[in-house]
Amino acid sequence: MSDHHQDPLLRTPLYDLHVARGGRMVPFAGYAMPVQYPTGIIAEHRQTRESASLFDVSHMGQVRLRGAEAAKALETLVPGDIQGLKEGRIRYTLFTADNGGILDDLMVTNAGDHLHLVVNAACREADIAHLERGLGGACAIEVLSDRALLALQGPKAATALARLAPESAELGFMRAAPMTIDGVEAFVSRSGYTGEDGFEISIPADAAERLAAMLLDQPEIEPAGLGARDSLRLEAGLCLYGHDIDTGTTPIEADLAWTISKRRREEGGFPGAEKILAELKDGVPRKRVGFRLEGRGVAREGAEIVDSDGRQIGVVTSGTFGPTVEAAIGMAYVEASAAGAGTPISATVRERALAGTITPMPFVPHRYHKS
Amino acid sequence: MSALRFTKDHEWIRVDGDTGTVGISDYAQEQLGDIVFVDLPDVGKSLAKGDEAAVVESVKAASEIYAPVNGEVAEVNQALADEPAKVNTDPMGEGWFLKMKIADAAELDELMDEAAYDAYLESLR
Repeated sequence: MSDHHQDPLLRTPLYDLHVARGGRMVPFAGYAMPVQYPTGIIAEHRQTRESASLFDVSHMGQVRLRGAEAAKALETLVPGDIQGLKEGRIRYTLFTADNGGILDDLMVTNAGDHLHLVVNAACREADIAHLERGLGGACAIEVLSDRALLALQGPKAATALARLAPESAELGFMRAAPMTIDGVEAFVSRSGYTGEDGFEISIPADAAERLAAMLLDQPEIEPAGLGARDSLRLEAGLCLYGHDIDTGTTPIEADLAWTISKRRREEGGFPGAEKILAELKDGVPRKRVGFRLEGRGVAREGAEIVDSDGRQIGVVTSGTFGPTVEAAIGMAYVEASAAGAGTPISATVRERALAGTITPMPFVPHRYHKS
Repeated sequence: MSALRFTKDHEWIRVDGDTGTVGISDYAQEQLGDIVFVDLPDVGKSLAKGDEAAVVESVKAASEIYAPVNGEVAEVNQALADEPAKVNTDPMGEGWFLKMKIADAAELDELMDEAAYDAYLESLR
């Protein structure tokens, strides 16, 4: 029996647009979000790989850090090289914990007079508290609660956006710039989480519905929901916080050592540095890997991974049927000795062993913009 | 004589003599979304009413399909192995799951006919 109070779901500025387009609204991180539209997840997934899709990611937290010492201060909370991040550049990094675990993953952009952070919706409040505690008076922390965030993803995203914002065509991958879209001040990043070329567009909440409708009027673009976002990121080999990474996984176990720059490896100075740098040197007992199954049966989060002798060697953290690879795929943490590509494994699903193989990620090659 | 009955869990059973063909309703397939795999039982398996008869995998999740009545699995729809999406496109026809030998025809009376199921769906909206 539970009688605790259930808070009403929050709505993004695009809620009405989702409902009008037949979005199936589900609770996600405290928000009512569209998991899919009437076309369905597979069609939305393919639309993103073949043309372009618009995702509402306004539930994600947007935070600005201001002050001359902001980059230096943020480095006390993340292992990424933020001081070396040039103006207009974006970096993927992690909030690490003192035990070496991961508190959240985030994007940091050097926007010139401030740093622009995008954090996960489910972690937003904890991240803000963590920033306030950790950065103290070193910089000003501004939570952008009045801005929407749109993700425009797919090989035709650039063609479509260039019609409305010609400067967007000049942006290189993992670069960002302020620009004007139909008179609206927008902060546009050439980035995303699908493995495709695309943009994330931060705009004032009161202009979001109009700009989203303008984008959806472009012949290349259709709306897509959280379901396709999840299958796309999994095919792209990208981690979902709370599933593939969390406080119980370290960046090294998660195969995210590439996010720790040479200077940060030498200097340390981030939470959990001692453990993480030792793991970098000595190795880890288990690793995040990709796997692919032979049949169509799906191994989902929590399914056991076993070796050819039937011994458990790991556990699945994400799994689905990849609409582009047309196979059951997933991510798992397995013993390091079994983490090599090509290792035969099986996943235990409903007491049956589904045969498969450890597979290099991404499952679908990234097609980011090359300038 | 053939009769169509529905459960509150949105399975249907089409009865022909002592055999029932089982599938899921149009409402159910729409709720599940794109179906990518159907895990069917072995022929000969005994099922009690309410037992897990099959598992449907969509991109997002796995969902159990329950036996609408007591009986034994007589046949499964092999075509779903290659084309699970038939459950989405033709849930009441080519998207059937299995045929079962019905143990006790009287149990069918506890299920809804089409008009009662339509009214039930209306109550869910």
